Amino acid sequence: MSVATPALEVVGAGHVAQPNHPRLLRVSSLSVSFPGAEGRESEVVSELSYEIAQGETLGVVGESGCGKTMTSLAIMGLLPSGAKVSGSIEFDGKDLTAFSPRQWRSHRGREVAMVFQEPMTAMNPVMKVGQQIAEVLVKHERLSRRAAFGRAVELLASVHIPSPERRAQDYPHQLSGGMRQRAMIAMALACRPKLLVADEPTTALDVTVQAQILDLMLELQETYGTAIQFISHNLAVVSEVAHRIMVMYSGRIVEYAPAEDLFSNPLHPYTQGLIRTLPDIAQPMAELYTIPGSVGGKRPSGCRFSNRCPLGDARCREAEPALREVMPRHHVACFKVN
Amino acid sequence: MNALVEVDNLNLHFPIDGGFFKEKLTLRALTDVSFSVEEDETLAIVGESGSGKTTLGYAISGLLSPTSGRIKFGAGLGGHSQESPVQLVFQDPFSALDPRMMVGDIVAEPLRLQGVSRAERLQQADDVLEQVGLPAESARRYPHEFSGGQRQRIAIARALIAKPKLIVADEPLSALDVSIQSQILNLLNKIKRDRTISYLFISHDLGVVHHLADRVIVLYLGRIMEIASRQDLFATPSHPYTQALLESVPRIGRGRRKPGQALKGEIPTPLSPPPGCVFHTRCPRAQEDCRHHVPELLPAPGRPEQLSACHFKD
Repeated sequence: MSVATPALEVVGAGHVAQPNHPRLLRVSSLSVSFPGAEGRESEVVSELSYEIAQGETLGVVGESGCGKTMTSLAIMGLLPSGAKVSGSIEFDGKDLTAFSPRQWRSHRGREVAMVFQEPMTAMNPVMKVGQQIAEVLVKHERLSRRAAFGRAVELLASVHIPSPERRAQDYPHQLSGGMRQRAMIAMALACRPKLLVADEPTTALDVTVQAQILDLMLELQETYGTAIQFISHNLAVVSEVAHRIMVMYSGRIVEYAPAEDLFSNPLHPYTQGLIRTLPDIAQPMAELYTIPGSVGGKRPSGCRFSNRCPLGDARCREAEPALREVMPRHHVACFKVN
Repeated sequence: MNALVEVDNLNLHFPIDGGFFKEKLTLRALTDVSFSVEEDETLAIVGESGSGKTTLGYAISGLLSPTSGRIKFGAGLGGHSQESPVQLVFQDPFSALDPRMMVGDIVAEPLRLQGVSRAERLQQADDVLEQVGLPAESARRYPHEFSGGQRQRIAIARALIAKPKLIVADEPLSALDVSIQSQILNLLNKIKRDRTISYLFISHDLGVVHHLADRVIVLYLGRIMEIASRQDLFATPSHPYTQALLESVPRIGRGRRKPGQALKGEIPTPLSPPPGCVFHTRCPRAQEDCRHHVPELLPAPGRPEQLSACHFKD
């Protein structure tokens, strides 16, 4: 598949990613499972298919255990050992599922990089921040240590860290949470990757700092044209950055649509529930809508949301609905949607 | 309304011993904090990390003693006797429950301190567990058998069993998934409808606070920036910090954000808070005066009930 293949689905007008932007990532029928007790397998991601265009932000939303983190680990080649993967992951014309560990090592950091929720655990606590960033450049760009450190300082400046020369000499614990996340982003962007996978990058931060980090990510995307897979449990945060949004539940995509369509016309009962459960500071309500039951536990037969769904009936408990396109670019997996 | 708790000029400072060769420092967690909690009201404390909101909750629960100032309890609340008029609900329902105790014993523990018999305790535990929406027989099970949301219900049941006048809830929703958060939020509202109780609800989530609170206190670096009714605070925020906080809450329906409106900088260290107004280092309106003089908490123009500590308040 050549690099210039246009994305099958295009992003809406008025967005950064233009309709003719080439496809960067295509995930087809991706399933991930782990061996469980008594020889049974537990499937944590089932039949996932989606795409990301160059320069596009895809928001991935779901609650604990929906498979959003496993999906990002799969495209990073970082799944725990023992994971069984089927389906294909195509990145910029290359089939990642056929990659050797060595190919993965040169791919990660250069083509695709990741930002985690808690930078304190993702960074090396006994290595200076500047050195950690320089290490990426020494490895991938073959820069000398001195040149790489100089570049690291520039990168820290580009993520608006004040006095970057001094900060480059600091250890991670000497930085505040917001500064650490900025340094983490600087490290991820060191080699100008085509795709940035951000897994709950602002969840550990205060709202005013969260706003700064979201601003920073949008600014860097504008500058470098980086595509972003933005994972969050918070639909409101995702709405501030995403062009398209994929809602996951129990290992499956339940709805996948351009952001404005998802919010103006949510089709899946789970998406509708998620939007309605959010307390909104613009609209007071006496009673908050709740989705009955809880995530986790034994999966029901048929549609995985059927045991919590207000519309669930006999048919929903018998068969699993497939993800289908019900309106242009708007996909939903529900029998109740025409 | 009657004041249940009156907090008067509360200061809470922690001495930090930096080591043999380092000078001794003082962490100013709370400075000159005065407010009251009324009967049957939900008072929310909002603020970012390091604002002192948890310290304030602990001080009111009697877990920390003030460095100076007073916390006065109203009639029927004679300090912290065995009546347990103040109960706490914590953020993390996984570490708040003893894994080796049966849920019934956990919930009834406040009654044990009052000398109630075990049979009577378990009876009451069953009742209160039912009130918080847990299945019958929950009392005879162990915490690990419950999900995060259910554990938070257990923690709430334990708080309720002593029939407190005030529940201090410190970020009780933060560890839960969104769909579970709304269930617990509705439960807290239902409890409030069924009995006369006040909540001191500590949270960083303004969406939740908007849904639950009667009045709101905004804390920043150990000082009160603003106190107002929920309506006033969200409709006409007076303090520039409150305005910035509200502006940074992510909201559905605004589309992608336009960068550049975020508040600059970060909260300074409480080891050496800035002189003058503690917010002046990040404030878009800061003038020379703000660097030298601490603004008093005074009514906003035309709104006598809305207090704001700013030289240039709206």
